[in-house]
Amino acid sequence: MATTQHHILSVVVENKAGVLARVSGLFARRGYNIFSLAVAPTDDPKFSRITVVVDVESTPLEQVTKQLFKLISVIKITELHPDEAVERELMLLTVKAEGTTRGQVIELVQVFEGKIVDVGHDELTVMLAGSPAKLDDYEELMRPFGIVELQRSGRVALPKLDRQSPKLRSVTGRTA
Amino acid sequence: MEMNGGQALIKSLEMEGVEVMFGLPGGAILPVYDPIIDSPIRHILVRHEQGAGHMAEGYAHATGRPGVAMVTSGPAATNIVTPLCDAYMDSVPIVVITGQVPSTAIGTDAFQECDTTGITRSVTKHNELVTRAEDIPRVIREAFHIATTGRPGPVLVDIPKDIVDPKNPNSRMDWYWPTDRELSDGLPGYKPTTRGHPRMIKEAARYILESKRPVIYAGGGILKARAADALRELAELTGIHVVTTLMARGAFPDDHPLCLGMPGMHGNYTAVTSMQNADLLIALGSRFDDRVTGKVSAFAPDAKIIHVDIDPAELGKVRRPDVPIVGDCRLVIEEIVKAVRELGGLEAQPDRGEWKSRVSGWQEKYPLTYEQTFDDGGPLKPQFVLEHLRDSAPEDCIVVSGVGQHQMWTSQYWRFRHPYTWVNSGGLGTMGFAVPAAIGAKVGRPDRMVWAVDGDGCFQMTAQELVTATAERIPIKVAILNNAYLGMVRQWQEMFYDERYSEVYLSPDLPDYKLWAEAMGCVGMRVETPEEVQSAIDKANEIDDRPVVIDFRTDSSEKVYPMVPAGLSNDEIVVDPSQGEGGH
Repeated sequence: MATTQHHILSVVVENKAGVLARVSGLFARRGYNIFSLAVAPTDDPKFSRITVVVDVESTPLEQVTKQLFKLISVIKITELHPDEAVERELMLLTVKAEGTTRGQVIELVQVFEGKIVDVGHDELTVMLAGSPAKLDDYEELMRPFGIVELQRSGRVALPKLDRQSPKLRSVTGRTA
Repeated sequence: MEMNGGQALIKSLEMEGVEVMFGLPGGAILPVYDPIIDSPIRHILVRHEQGAGHMAEGYAHATGRPGVAMVTSGPAATNIVTPLCDAYMDSVPIVVITGQVPSTAIGTDAFQECDTTGITRSVTKHNELVTRAEDIPRVIREAFHIATTGRPGPVLVDIPKDIVDPKNPNSRMDWYWPTDRELSDGLPGYKPTTRGHPRMIKEAARYILESKRPVIYAGGGILKARAADALRELAELTGIHVVTTLMARGAFPDDHPLCLGMPGMHGNYTAVTSMQNADLLIALGSRFDDRVTGKVSAFAPDAKIIHVDIDPAELGKVRRPDVPIVGDCRLVIEEIVKAVRELGGLEAQPDRGEWKSRVSGWQEKYPLTYEQTFDDGGPLKPQFVLEHLRDSAPEDCIVVSGVGQHQMWTSQYWRFRHPYTWVNSGGLGTMGFAVPAAIGAKVGRPDRMVWAVDGDGCFQMTAQELVTATAERIPIKVAILNNAYLGMVRQWQEMFYDERYSEVYLSPDLPDYKLWAEAMGCVGMRVETPEEVQSAIDKANEIDDRPVVIDFRTDSSEKVYPMVPAGLSNDEIVVDPSQGEGGH
């Protein structure tokens, strides 16, 4: 039986107004929640790459993917299997760091190879980039200190280099 | 050559070969209506924007060329959403141009502003808000290309007033017409696959030659791909029976010995049952619609599936095919024919004698049936009217219907001999489709007789377009099968809601359809008995200078049979009560 899990779709689209609405609309009208989303131009400014993480079973995802590919502004769709992709997210986190705890917070920033990007009297803002799991761990560890604000970016992903061919599913117009 | 955006828009339509467009002007689109006066394009002024959309559809159905509608912003744009969705569901190539408030006013809740591209995003194949006058020729060329290639569909182009208004400097541009190369470079994400995969085509031929109980399940894609001849060749080469779905009526001649007619919820017994018992379904341009499959898990349980469609998203959407082929139906069928020939053709097939006799057994046992009585005021049966209409019309007559019981009866009782003689709203099921679509069909094929068969409920939704027909001298004929009810809903309430009739009664004589027709400049007639039917039809068929409306007062309690109740397996088909319990 198909199980619900994270699926990462990497969608190359024309860099034009309204394209993101077309793409997200296809998920919305089927009631699928987009778990995370990242959009930015590719190396060619005519195109953008949308990285979408969705929780859907495999079978409906195949249908959504095919429907996505029908959008005129969609150039290419690749489903990235989590084991075969490099995934990264960026987190900005403001945490309470008063005199007594400041040292511990800074220590954990160093352990996680984060960076302190802003310092207040009793708060610090930390930037951390890494795999989503690493960010989850860090968030857990910061919680006891008191998280003031937190913003995670959408996930960005590219296929791992050494496994690019056989399992990578690229959706094209031809089904065979 | 310098011109303004409005002139460029009309010139772009001329470049696309547009001969006729349907529309209604208003504030935001006003500047585009000015150059129409100097254009050879015929503009047909509708009475409601929905009419313009359905006329464009009817035109496209009948001619195969894209239909064009142009309306203003706001309420006009929302009024044409229904035809857009209708065209999207039935893959009808139309291009709709909407006016929009000036660029600077967009987003300010301006008078007659609405988010047209946002509203129509999910009911168009593509839409675009044009922001610069210089983009107009490119966007129009792309719109026609997208509407007519691949799986056809509606494309909407939204034009802000400032880029077409000669008084506004934003509207100035240098005329150009994009080359083929520029067209394809401008659409990097759009490359429909038309040629089937050779390995899959061989595989399909092998499946066909091995099957003992094959049925060709022909859908509307056959017509869109102009593949009727190819379909006939395949059927005759292999001797395989063909069912034609509601969208494919006429794609294979009804009088052909291999034709089984329409399958589905109100399909005939043989078409439904042969699919259920098939060991191979050759789905050509059909999409396993719920009205065809009934309960999907019980649909054609033993059948392997060959599925040919130009839209990759159709393959596996409802039923996973054993042989999926993405491609243009005509090209793929021609290749399958070749492959079947190479593998030995008819001689290489197993003996299908037993299957054929089962099929003809069903045909003999469960033909379509109804009973018309003639003595003392027995009610007029709608099927009786249809048989007379059919037998009095030339065989290339175009028949257009609305949605409901009359649509099913027309599809069942008409004998379609040619492609593009049947126009109806299949996917969306848009009541009120018939009158405007018939007008569009007649405009596209003025040489043909066009009969709209309508219900009384449907007729009341769009009848005002008969004013358009009279004013523009478009002599369509309308047969209202007036049973005084929303007939199909009434049938469901009778069968599934214990005869509790909730809000379905319409009255036979309110409105007075004859007077209403006359008020709209048509010839109006009323027929109440079977004896009057033929003479009224003869009279209508002789009129060729104005529209004709005949109000046929038909039996309110007549039901459409056979019927597969919604949600049940096709094995549970209910036949006409006079034929007993069905064959299972």
